Amino acid sequence: MNTLDQIKPGETVVIERLESEGAVRRRLLDLGLTPKTRVMVRKAAPLGDPIELYLRGYELTIRSQDARRIIVTRV
Amino acid sequence: MRIALIGNQNSGKTTLFNILTGANQRVGNFPGVTVEQKLGNLIGAKNVFVIDLPGIYSLSPFTREEVVSRDFLLKEKPDGIINIVDATNIERNLYLTMQLLELNIPMVVAINMMDEMTGAGGSIDVHRLGEMFGVPVAPISAAKNEGIELLTDMIVRCVKNRRTPTHVDFYSGAVRRTLYSAARLIEAHAAAAGIPARFAASKIIEGGDPLPERLNLTENEMDILRHTINKMERETDARSDAALADARYEYIKKVCSESVHKIRETRGQIRSVAIDGILTHRILSLPIFLCVMFLVFWLSFNIVGKFLSSLLAEAISYLTLTVNGALIAMDVNPVMRSLAVDGALRGIGGILAFLPAIAALFFFLSILEDSGYMARVAFVMDRFLRGIGLSGRSFVPLLIGFGCSVPAIMASRTLGSERDKRMTISLIPFISCSAKLPIYAVFIAAFFPAHSAFVMLGLYVAGILLGILYGFLMNKTTYMGKSAPFLMELPPYRVPSAKSARRLIWMKSKDFISRVFTIILLTSIAVWFLRTFDFRLNMTADSGQSMLAVVGKRVAPLFTPLGFTDWRAPTALIVGFTAKEAVVSSLIVLLGEERLTDIFTPLSAASFLIFTLLYTPCAAAVAAAKRELGSAAAALKLVIFQTCTAYAAAMVFYQLARVLC
Repeated sequence: MNTLDQIKPGETVVIERLESEGAVRRRLLDLGLTPKTRVMVRKAAPLGDPIELYLRGYELTIRSQDARRIIVTRV
Repeated sequence: MRIALIGNQNSGKTTLFNILTGANQRVGNFPGVTVEQKLGNLIGAKNVFVIDLPGIYSLSPFTREEVVSRDFLLKEKPDGIINIVDATNIERNLYLTMQLLELNIPMVVAINMMDEMTGAGGSIDVHRLGEMFGVPVAPISAAKNEGIELLTDMIVRCVKNRRTPTHVDFYSGAVRRTLYSAARLIEAHAAAAGIPARFAASKIIEGGDPLPERLNLTENEMDILRHTINKMERETDARSDAALADARYEYIKKVCSESVHKIRETRGQIRSVAIDGILTHRILSLPIFLCVMFLVFWLSFNIVGKFLSSLLAEAISYLTLTVNGALIAMDVNPVMRSLAVDGALRGIGGILAFLPAIAALFFFLSILEDSGYMARVAFVMDRFLRGIGLSGRSFVPLLIGFGCSVPAIMASRTLGSERDKRMTISLIPFISCSAKLPIYAVFIAAFFPAHSAFVMLGLYVAGILLGILYGFLMNKTTYMGKSAPFLMELPPYRVPSAKSARRLIWMKSKDFISRVFTIILLTSIAVWFLRTFDFRLNMTADSGQSMLAVVGKRVAPLFTPLGFTDWRAPTALIVGFTAKEAVVSSLIVLLGEERLTDIFTPLSAASFLIFTLLYTPCAAAVAAAKRELGSAAAALKLVIFQTCTAYAAAMVFYQLARVLC
């Protein structure tokens, strides 16, 4: 088990659970980061943050601080 | 009949709205271009109105756009909904569809961008999809104007027959049980409050929503609900909001597996990944961005601007001379001739020449937006903007500010938090808008022709650097706290449509020309009048005796520390509050036969440029800021702050330079 911010670009993971709270949590769920979803880390911006994810057929950017609260497992 | 157009951000709602109503709304390839609802009349149907709502991902109440759309759907109760869904990104788009179905309003799902989908060898069984959701589905392509007639037919028929979505069982197990029992329990309350029971039930289960408070539930009922929800959480081993989101996405997956046939990623998506390999590259992305911005300005000002503008300037001066000659030949009263030539023609002529450069700048900025590059810039710049407590999203209004502060201030509405919005609006005045270009260009041509590019660049960069410094200070004082969460979709790159670009150039040119012939013309004539007559309304031979001079000379000493010794400099600055171009037009009118070099030294000219770079935004921008900030006091503070900053910066520069030079 890892947090999403530890995953390197190019790797694919499956979401275990969210530990985020409030507006960010709801946004993440609405955007489809629900448990069991496959997420690929596409790349990181200059300075390594934010990161770009690929899931459910689209690209999403998320900051490391928010990714840190998403628990994932590697596949 | 009122029909709401609703869908995810960047799903093509505004493109569809423009086709349905023949309107000319601005579209872009950036999530959240539409910031307020717009109403239009459906072409060919007198009594049918279409309302374009801001794009949302969900009906939860966490962002401003969501609140706007939700309130509209719940309180205004439109007669029908067109839910626009992006075929190339169907899973996430259908998540909103599932929530809209709970509202029990007649609805048609329009699957947009079908051309891209079929182009990639994919297909969608719209009948099966409609069956599984209980609503009619129309495949369309808004960009290519395909399938629109069928869609309008469907929605009008749906509304006329009051055909609400057929009830379909989406969920199973614990989630289904909980939703049903909650809906049944609150049914009477929901009916009394005018809220659909299924919708209210799902909001109660998700939690964190103020809506259930409107239901007036008893303590006992709330207990039962809590108990049911707890039980569901134990059974699903997830928090209720996650369990419900998961159940929705599970059903969507099932629908897609039965109705959507996707061979591979669309061509656009593959291309996007390839382009992103370069444009958002970890090391290359920043230099590329700087090159792109340099190219935008260089092309607008130097290539298009210089060539077309000088042609236009020659045409205008020829026209002025001809009119002057004709008026002399016709023996027209000299006062009237002076009004026409020295007041009107010279004033607007000095500005009109900048039309090509400004139209070109707007054109290039719109290409950045329409192509999808703007969203990448937000991604690349986020980390840097966090240094001053903002998110990458704020970068977009700031870039738009190079064109005009008014749309920039309006675009800041899409920023997630109130704090980010206020802070971004305070930073926009530091970005030189295109109306300041004539001022810079005229002064640089007169005083620094040898270093024109360097001085121009210096002004833009100085504004940006001071903005960064100000943002840094604000972040440490007034606007302490964290910026809004940065969760942004990166749309695929799209080739900007020629039609949209043509329309934009036309609209911006029309805007500019109409401003020249209203505000600039009026201020020019007013300035001419005030500088030609004295208080007894006698024409003065020397403008130094005129009304404007008498008043101007009172104000002028205030500006002596900045190096402006002539009363005409501060007068032009004050007139410039109506529109920044008016600084130049009124200076031209005020000077008459004199030249800029007669009243400025190179040093005081530089000080004047620094002052115009920073001082108060024009009246239209202040009005926009007042609207967005919600108070006249806040807008006034902006005016005072900017003017004081400008005064201080120009004075420090002038006094230091005088000592050093």
